[in-house]
Amino acid sequence: MIKVKLGLTVAAICAATATWAGKADDTLKAAFTKELENVDSYFNSSREGVVLQRAIWDGLIYRDPATNEYKGNLATDWTWIDDTTLELKLREGVTFHNGEPFNADDVVYTVNFVADEANGVKTQRNVNWMKSAEKVDDYTVRILLKEPFPAAIEFLSGPVSMYPDEYYAEAGPTGMGLKPVGTGPYKVTEVVPGQHFVLEKNENYHDSPKGQPEIGKIDIRTIPDVNTQIAELFNGSLDLIWQTPADQAEKLAAMDQFTVANESTMRIGYLTLDAAGRTGADNPFTKLKVRQAVAHAIDREALVSALLKGKSQVISTACFPSQFGCAQDVTSYEYDPEKAKALLAEAGYPDGFETDYYAYRDREYAEAISSFLNAVGIKTNFNMLQYSALRELRMKEGSPVSFQTWGSYSINDTSAITSQFFKFGSLDDSRDQEIKDWLDVADSSTDPAEREEYYRKALQKIADQAYWVPMFSYNTNYVFTKEVAYTPTPDEVLRFTTMRWN
Amino acid sequence: MLQFIAKRLGLALLVALTVSIISFSLLFLSGDPAAALAGETATDQDVEAIRKLYGFDRPMLVQYWDWLSGAMTGDLGESYYFKLPVAGLIADRLQITMLLGVCGITFALLTAVPLGVVAAIRPNSVIDRLALFLSVAGQAMPSFWFGLILIVVFSIKLGWLPPSGTTTWAHFIMPTIVLGYYAMPAIMRLTRAGMLEVLSSDYIRTARAKGAPEATVLFKHALRNAIIPVVSLAAVQMGFMLGGSIVVESIFALHGAGYLAWESIARNDLPTVQALILVFSLFYIVFTFLSDVLNAWLDPRMRAG
Repeated sequence: MIKVKLGLTVAAICAATATWAGKADDTLKAAFTKELENVDSYFNSSREGVVLQRAIWDGLIYRDPATNEYKGNLATDWTWIDDTTLELKLREGVTFHNGEPFNADDVVYTVNFVADEANGVKTQRNVNWMKSAEKVDDYTVRILLKEPFPAAIEFLSGPVSMYPDEYYAEAGPTGMGLKPVGTGPYKVTEVVPGQHFVLEKNENYHDSPKGQPEIGKIDIRTIPDVNTQIAELFNGSLDLIWQTPADQAEKLAAMDQFTVANESTMRIGYLTLDAAGRTGADNPFTKLKVRQAVAHAIDREALVSALLKGKSQVISTACFPSQFGCAQDVTSYEYDPEKAKALLAEAGYPDGFETDYYAYRDREYAEAISSFLNAVGIKTNFNMLQYSALRELRMKEGSPVSFQTWGSYSINDTSAITSQFFKFGSLDDSRDQEIKDWLDVADSSTDPAEREEYYRKALQKIADQAYWVPMFSYNTNYVFTKEVAYTPTPDEVLRFTTMRWN
Repeated sequence: MLQFIAKRLGLALLVALTVSIISFSLLFLSGDPAAALAGETATDQDVEAIRKLYGFDRPMLVQYWDWLSGAMTGDLGESYYFKLPVAGLIADRLQITMLLGVCGITFALLTAVPLGVVAAIRPNSVIDRLALFLSVAGQAMPSFWFGLILIVVFSIKLGWLPPSGTTTWAHFIMPTIVLGYYAMPAIMRLTRAGMLEVLSSDYIRTARAKGAPEATVLFKHALRNAIIPVVSLAAVQMGFMLGGSIVVESIFALHGAGYLAWESIARNDLPTVQALILVFSLFYIVFTFLSDVLNAWLDPRMRAG
């Protein structure tokens, strides 16, 4: 943190000499912090991959991030034939970047490829609800589902991109990763794996609800160090950075040269408590009052205002508020350390107790939570682990209490979070049969009202039983020069299509 | 001599393999590789699919043997993360790291050795104090801090050098200085100490008494002996620069092998980590071997050993 502040301060002093570039050569220069594994959108699971996916490829359907309304993209119309058959009319006259025309064969090939587990699509959840696809005619297809899956439209409007059948059959994931071909608003002209991507405006982009791209060229470099990104921004070698930590964003916002835009993301942070007693039947978290004490012990407002800042908000439900079915009328636990102590005493722990406590990211948030727990007598042995190590521990033995986060892959449906963790999977620390049954109904019903009703039941019980202590939603800072106009969206997808030069 | 070299190389290979076996085991202890590969957003099903796909459900020894037999034939496998052949990936990244390492050690030697020699000739002089100050500063200053200061001065303030990237030779100036300056203090101090010791020895006094020119005394008699431990140290530093230039590569976005190693460990990208460990081990071994040969040339007494 010291190095960050130092770099920023000295950079600020020198800012007067900075020169700007970008608009003059119609090239927006942006930075990724993380090396992207493979540009092929079905073979990476990172946020950067989602950003490129939305720029290079199109889905059949599009969800307007502002209104959450579903609009046709590569499909113009869609109808449920029955609970497991979706028929889609495809847009005519669309071509891929390599000139290959888009038609039903591409949809059938793509769906059949990604739905086959043997092809190893990285995030199976995004595609494993589909069984296969059938061609009806050149511009009509049917997607067959394994079982009723009402979130299908949401998935089709997000991670499910359409690939050119002839090219993909030949190039495969490795070839597609090096020379990506889609129908999207930007085509890729250069890929240096993990280091550098160049996108160019697709002059023949169809009349998509994504909008027509305006900026001619996007040059994205991977720069791992945030300080260097800021230096590049001052130097004029970058026009846009994002995921900038709050303290740096605050200082940059105070300068005239930059615009700092802050927007919430779908990621939420929460504590998961071992109510099922996986770490031992005598585990204190098996007792409701202890779990409620934990919920009362943490000043979530303080965490948001002091650490997360921006558009983060306190969350009381086990989902992100904009998600379909994410009921807000659930029990909320106000910050009341005295009540927490009283509940602990009632549960048989008047002097508190000692417990292992784990986290895998955002050490400062996890430590702050730990200090709140310590203050009411829950002495935490704090362990910061690599994600894989913590996941393995939780899968095999469980953990008494751990700080977790989940971004729902930007899927605006409660099934993308609540149903992930409360249906007896290896990361389910509550193992509540009633909740699982309700979620099963909500996940498979085709009646939206019924879905909402059953998600509500499940979420209310999760809150009543304090199986999770939902904490806050995350936010992202986007920093760009005054030459760039951009309004970020709450799903944390950097959309080049909606960027303009001022 | 050939037999000696062959023996040394055989032993070196054995060391590399041992390192690789230990690191392979340790990597598995660091967490479930399938979970790491599947990423943070993965479901149980994703993790299981990856476990089967990559064969993590097989015994560890079998997995290790598969890797080793592939490596023997030059097949280092495919990176789990990048889905690209590891050999090509490492070759690309190693070019940058090698260039940076060679530039860094050259910078370190070119500054440290002359400074050490002058400091030893004139102990307690202004130059000696300056050398000592530079050495202390170099050891005390964290690379990330020094790197940032250079970026602020030369990229932002003066606009002379690019802050990050690898496109031109100018991109390597600041990383070379930062990396070289990290290695410089130890080399400088060792040169100075060695020179001080040698200059006070009997044979130097004898050489001076015989009226040998000062330059001959300093460079032919003194430096040749004083530099022997420096050669060994430089070899170790060079090895370090290849494997340990993570901070410099990260700050200047150089995407070299050091940063690749660091990231690959975090991602449990086993084929990449394994190959990098093998390559780095081999480099260390080769540098140590070369420094022994150089030392033997500098000091004929060592050839007997």
